[in-house]
Amino acid sequence: MSDALRVFDRTLLRARRRRAAALGPATFLLERVAEDLAERLGAVLRDFPVAVDLGTPGEALRHALARHPRLGTLIAVDAVADHLPRGRPAVVADEELLPFRDASLDLVVSALALQFANDLPGVLAQIRRALKPDGLFLAALLGGDTLTELRQAFTIAEAEVAGGISPRVAPFADVRTLGMLLQRAGLALPVADVDRVTVRYETPLALLDDLRRMGATNVMFDRSRAPLRRGVLMRMAEVYAARFSDADGRVRATFEVVWLSGWAPHPSQQKPLRPGSAAARLADALGTVERPAGEKAPR
Amino acid sequence: MTTSERPSGSVDPKLLEILVCPLTKAPLEYDAERQELISRAAKLAYPIRDGIPIMLPEEARPLE
Repeated sequence: MSDALRVFDRTLLRARRRRAAALGPATFLLERVAEDLAERLGAVLRDFPVAVDLGTPGEALRHALARHPRLGTLIAVDAVADHLPRGRPAVVADEELLPFRDASLDLVVSALALQFANDLPGVLAQIRRALKPDGLFLAALLGGDTLTELRQAFTIAEAEVAGGISPRVAPFADVRTLGMLLQRAGLALPVADVDRVTVRYETPLALLDDLRRMGATNVMFDRSRAPLRRGVLMRMAEVYAARFSDADGRVRATFEVVWLSGWAPHPSQQKPLRPGSAAARLADALGTVERPAGEKAPR
Repeated sequence: MTTSERPSGSVDPKLLEILVCPLTKAPLEYDAERQELISRAAKLAYPIRDGIPIMLPEEARPLE
């Protein structure tokens, strides 16, 4: 992959996640998503003998899925060995270079990890290849308007104080684009939906502290390498508080969790009929008269 | 979910069955003595540490 397309510095991301673990991680969002994922998976009535968890930080998802009655072996995949559980099936690998045999997995899950993939279409294509026919991919990632308030506040503050702006908040893909990527990866019955979570903080700086504890601070290649100036930070906090606070003075932060699911294709899956294969007329079903295209019905 | 704990240091046999080289997607040979997974196609030996295969090309030992 060419450097021009590399948005995220994944080596730095690993370092940030190590720091987050050392600080005492903030996991409220992860826990919520993990519970949701277990619930969504619980609604799927089939067995998953071999499953992979792709890069989900922390233990929350493994704990949430421990109750799942139809889940066999859950293989944890992470780019950092320290983040993996001991004494359980685990592999150190990069999401962008999956080490699984074609058609070997019944299920791939991932929570709040794939937003930092540089080549998400490539990751999805590899997931599809690794899934058995009729295998399921189910993931949640941050997308859309996530941290829009912080992005706006930083842009204003940096323009005012530093006389120019630099990327501070990662670009996130919107739900429509992500839905199209599922389709492009060749996953059948693709579904993408959004869960919008608003978190309220005492101050904008408390939000930044949480992001640090989530290992989710700026990991973009094009980030400014100069330390963040105190003036910019303070002005950002002022702008944020002025624009995005509630009556009680607490500030809002938006997280958009985009849910993606799709199945590796299998002949048993429902699919549209071939064009021209209809056995009944639509006009008959609607109790109306069929007219050629372009002709207007009389008023 | 299976809850069987294995002693650290041994790789899950089910896992070995499905692992391939991340670069070439070609099958791997398991060297139990050296605790390595060898990709002939990529000429790399991926280490296994504490029972965890490290499938990162940058951590692998190049083969002559």
